[in-house]
Amino acid sequence: MRNLLIFITKYNAFFLFIIFEVSALIIYIKYNSFQKATFINSTNQVTGNLYARVDHLKDYLSLSEVNDSLARQNARLRNQLKSSFYIDSIAKRKITDTIYKQQYEYIVAKVINNSVNRRSNYITINLGSNAHIEKGMGVICDAGIVGKIINVSQHFAVVQSVLHKDTRFSAMLADHKDIGSFIWGSKIDPHKGLLIDVSNNAQPKLGEKVVSSEHSLFPAGLLYGKVSNLRATEGGSSLNMEVALSVDFSKLQYVYVVVNKLAKEQLGLEAQEKKDE
Amino acid sequence: MSRAIIVNLARFILLVFVQVFLLKNITLYDLSAPYLYILFILLLPFETPNLVLFAVSFLMGLTIDAFYDTPGLHATACVLLAFVRILFISITVQKEGFDNEPEPTLSIMGFRWFFTYALILTLFHHFFLFNLEVFRFSEIRYTLGRVVLSTIFTVFLMLVSALLFFRSKERK
Repeated sequence: MRNLLIFITKYNAFFLFIIFEVSALIIYIKYNSFQKATFINSTNQVTGNLYARVDHLKDYLSLSEVNDSLARQNARLRNQLKSSFYIDSIAKRKITDTIYKQQYEYIVAKVINNSVNRRSNYITINLGSNAHIEKGMGVICDAGIVGKIINVSQHFAVVQSVLHKDTRFSAMLADHKDIGSFIWGSKIDPHKGLLIDVSNNAQPKLGEKVVSSEHSLFPAGLLYGKVSNLRATEGGSSLNMEVALSVDFSKLQYVYVVVNKLAKEQLGLEAQEKKDE
Repeated sequence: MSRAIIVNLARFILLVFVQVFLLKNITLYDLSAPYLYILFILLLPFETPNLVLFAVSFLMGLTIDAFYDTPGLHATACVLLAFVRILFISITVQKEGFDNEPEPTLSIMGFRWFFTYALILTLFHHFFLFNLEVFRFSEIRYTLGRVVLSTIFTVFLMLVSALLFFRSKERK
């Protein structure tokens, strides 16, 4: 027993190393496999507030750009206003009012923390459960798809950006409706993504738009980017192509959280199906 | 003793701020990202007890993790770094030769020793950090490239900051 104690004190550095290393690895592995809500991230009060403060300072540097994009968006939205259409009959207006029930709602949020240069990138936004934001909601911006929410606290939420090694969204080619999976490739390039597992019958063209498909958490038809290379490096039995992303992630300022009003109903129904099997 | 604690506490806060609000936004060609914050662990005094060294490294890693949204990743790499630091110092330095708690800084230890020390420890830390983050052997060549280039960047920043705080009167 005494020898054991002497042994342990003599090599205490090694044993301390084992203890701390294992505890750190446990934190790392646990968080990664279960995406458990944990306090060690930028949704907690201290880091979230610090980020919000520094971001407030940085805002002044990009005022003109934000102004620009808002003006453009204003113009686009104004085009969709009822008052900018010529109404040819009252009956039509009635029909549009009753047929379309709103499924998607958009909440505007401000990006307070963002990264593009790591293997797994996250974005923190300044809204949380107080604004009815929940885990699993999609996030977009006016240029295209940004990511999905993976962690929510009262005042902040963390978005898993498209630039993440685990990104996998259902996407399709805009013209031919061929469905594939959208991932971020192995090259850490914030301007490129990959569209994989497209069936071999598809005939994609360079420059064709890649958009969200009907079975993703986004409304169908939202832009990912354009096909920039028909033969991406990773081979296989299906078509893989490189996509030039339409969103400039390094310049994100404002994003929209997509609230799917029917998501609960759909998920409930699908869960019931599984139970029945 | 208390002076050493205050100096290191100030260094901790300063390095976290620099890392999180400045260096986090810097990358060269998506390949080279500096992690200067490990300078804090490198510069802890020689006399630091092992338990304190590991605990402080763990804490530093977790703090960075909190800002980087990667719980445990930096903590793991930092604890490994602390272990390599103990090995490296026990091999290259005789502890008896020092009085009044010297730190392993450039001005005390000289350029050659400090450069080797920083280079080897940074290489270990970055190798572990990047491979743990990617966690795939299929990308190993690309990852190794990032490790080497980032190490160069980090060590460069370390030498610059060491020269900034260089005090020639301490040199023996």
